[in-house]
Amino acid sequence: MSECVLAVRGVSKSFAGVQALSDINLEIRPGEIHCLAGENGSGKSTLIKVISGVHDPDEGTIEIGGVVHKRLTPVEAIAAGVQVIYQDFSVFPNLTVMENLALNTELASKRKLVNWRRFRRIAEEAVAKIDFSVDLDQLVGKLSVADKQLVAISRALMSDAKLIIMDEPTTALTKKEVDALFRIILDLKARGIAILFVSHKLEEVFEISERFTIIRNGRAVATCLPEELNRRTFTQYMTGRDFEDAHFQVGELPPEPALEARALTVTGAFSDVSFSLRPGEILGITGLLGSGRTELAMTLFGAYRPDAGELLVKGSPVRFSGIRAAIAGGIGYVPEDRLTEGLFLERSIGDNIVIAQIDQLVTRGLLDRERKTASAAEWVRDLKIATPDPENAANTLSGGNQQRIVLAKWLATRPDVLILNGPTVGVDIGSKHDIHEILRELAGSGMAVIIISDDIPEVIQNCNRVLLMKAGRITDEIDPGTVTERQLAALMTGESDQEGKH
Amino acid sequence: MKGAAVQTLLSRSGSLRALSRDTHLTRLLVMLAVLVGFFAIVKTEGFFNLLTWQSMAIQFPEFGLMALGVMLTMITAGIDLSVVGVANMAAIGAAVVMLGMAPRGADPATATGAIAVAICLALATGAAAGALNGFLVAKVRIPPILATLGTFELFTGIAILITGGKPKSGLPALYGEVFAGKLFGLIPVPLIVFAVATVLIWLLMTRTAFGTKIYMLGTNATAARFSGLNTTSLLVRTYTLSGLYASLAGLVMLANYNSAKADYGSTYTLLAVLIVVLGGVNPNGGNGRLLGVVLAILILQILSSGLNMFPNISNFYRPLIWGGVLLAVITANHLSGRRSSHRTSKGQGQTK
Repeated sequence: MSECVLAVRGVSKSFAGVQALSDINLEIRPGEIHCLAGENGSGKSTLIKVISGVHDPDEGTIEIGGVVHKRLTPVEAIAAGVQVIYQDFSVFPNLTVMENLALNTELASKRKLVNWRRFRRIAEEAVAKIDFSVDLDQLVGKLSVADKQLVAISRALMSDAKLIIMDEPTTALTKKEVDALFRIILDLKARGIAILFVSHKLEEVFEISERFTIIRNGRAVATCLPEELNRRTFTQYMTGRDFEDAHFQVGELPPEPALEARALTVTGAFSDVSFSLRPGEILGITGLLGSGRTELAMTLFGAYRPDAGELLVKGSPVRFSGIRAAIAGGIGYVPEDRLTEGLFLERSIGDNIVIAQIDQLVTRGLLDRERKTASAAEWVRDLKIATPDPENAANTLSGGNQQRIVLAKWLATRPDVLILNGPTVGVDIGSKHDIHEILRELAGSGMAVIIISDDIPEVIQNCNRVLLMKAGRITDEIDPGTVTERQLAALMTGESDQEGKH
Repeated sequence: MKGAAVQTLLSRSGSLRALSRDTHLTRLLVMLAVLVGFFAIVKTEGFFNLLTWQSMAIQFPEFGLMALGVMLTMITAGIDLSVVGVANMAAIGAAVVMLGMAPRGADPATATGAIAVAICLALATGAAAGALNGFLVAKVRIPPILATLGTFELFTGIAILITGGKPKSGLPALYGEVFAGKLFGLIPVPLIVFAVATVLIWLLMTRTAFGTKIYMLGTNATAARFSGLNTTSLLVRTYTLSGLYASLAGLVMLANYNSAKADYGSTYTLLAVLIVVLGGVNPNGGNGRLLGVVLAILILQILSSGLNMFPNISNFYRPLIWGGVLLAVITANHLSGRRSSHRTSKGQGQTK
């Protein structure tokens, strides 16, 4: 087994009595692309920190390049060829690309004076390794996310790296950038460098990973090859639960639409958007970032005024003067960024839930605290928000439970139309399924639901119709029953056929 | 069994439970006890004099009422630096009305009428001044600290113009007799005014939708707007209330000094802010408790009166002491806040 780059054997680690890792085994061969998958909180970050020498394991050993370590310092890990690229890339945004690349080497060699020519040479060599063409004098803070990542990769390669660990490398990248990244990774693989991806999304790394190790609650539950894995088994390993992968089936629909847009236009954001939505439907709106999907949602919610076109609620034209008018008109909106737009993190869960309907809880000028408590308790129960006490602050909860709070806030206003912008971003898989289940039930009970999302499986599985937005226009309407995820993804990113028509 | 009974009692009584949980309130109570203990031991005779306590109860409502208003604005993540300006302008307005309607030697009926009109006018002036602050903050979107600093100068300027910089005195005697008087010859009327005003604020903060809303607004203004709260109206109402309370403070000052002047209470601005911060209100909004602010008012009044009992500590030291205490409290809060946030982030890390 000495041909392994890295062999983790029987590693356990606990923090203050909480078992973060128990008896983990993991082997990575030279040139292997390995995916370490697990939900938030499963222990994958801890494992990386053990491998890179940040945490000492309580039990077990780490073998790097044939040398067995009981404990490891970060410096030893780097010297042994282990490099970690964290999600934030750990670059200095206020320094140039050249400085970022050359600084470590220069510091390590303890030079007191700066020699700019040597700086430039070091940096040029570093970017040449991955054919990365970048202005070396550009400030790193001004680079795109993908380019920052490439700077981090170049830097990692400067020392003699044998294993590069990448934490959620594709999350913030566009499809094109992901393709470029994968090309680089295949090139590194050809040079015998092993890659360990850390991810909780199957789609992101499925096509490139050669082996998967999935951990749950600090235990490695499976090590398998890609062909042994599909979304359902992957989810099952990650969560320990089995989810039906059934498509949403729409019930019988009343003829009268709940919401209708006719040639709705907001200058500079989107134009000529028309659709109609009946109670009981779940309408998907998908498109890339900047396609106008969020602006459309904000307009439906009264935050933006349309410059042209008409909006009809239950058949009668409306012009919302603002968010309050939209809420009064029966529209609810679960915003894109729950932390800044949805939640009052330091306030209690109960206050968060009742705030949008608090005026209905007032009797004779005073807040009816019993009704408030009862309402909060009811929603905590109905949406299975995992808290011992609704009086606790919202920031005591996980992302999935926080999203349920935002959902509860809107359900409490009993809207006719519920718009959700990225309903499951940053939510663990279990909660994601639960939220989808809730949305289906709501549609079943006659609510009109709009899901705005670029999570293609999410819209395909949970909507009965999907509108595709591109550059501010609705370019397609898709029946999720007949269109596959791959086809929709191609439609979404394929700019070429759109331009070809002009 | 007894432990369980105490437990249920604690959990049933919201404020007791909060007290047992809220380390800041505990800290304030300890501070109060230490101060009382110190002065009781060092200056036993002066400190256990009824007159000392009565004079304290006459004085602290002046800045206490202002602090209550500042507290409300700070909960919305704002601040009101104009309270002293509002108080003086309102008091001068009231004095002008009283002097105009009931000059020296007017009969009691005329004086009573004049006082009633003057009080109404003063409160209306305060509310209007506060509404102007709210308008500047919520509609024109000037940062509260600048908006209210500007209106402070504005209101003070108006007060100077009206009075020509001189005190307005010679009010109907009845006004001072009632509002600087003592109920049953024991309880100073300003204390009663303060107590009633505090209870009203308490009701507002805990029993009305408005109270919950301003906390939410101060926690996250964007989320408040997305939740359909009328943030403009909330801010205007908050600053109006602050102005109203400042004008009430002005009326108390008018009774205590039996005159009004544009530069009375000039140290109260900093004092009111100090009280609110010492009381545990987060200057970034969304956090703070009325009980903490009331305790802070008492602490500072006792500190102030206690220092008065040392003849060799000059009044000139007072701004130095207030400034020092303010910075010390903010630093302490900041450090302990950092520690606790560090703790929670670590806790979250461990659940990962």
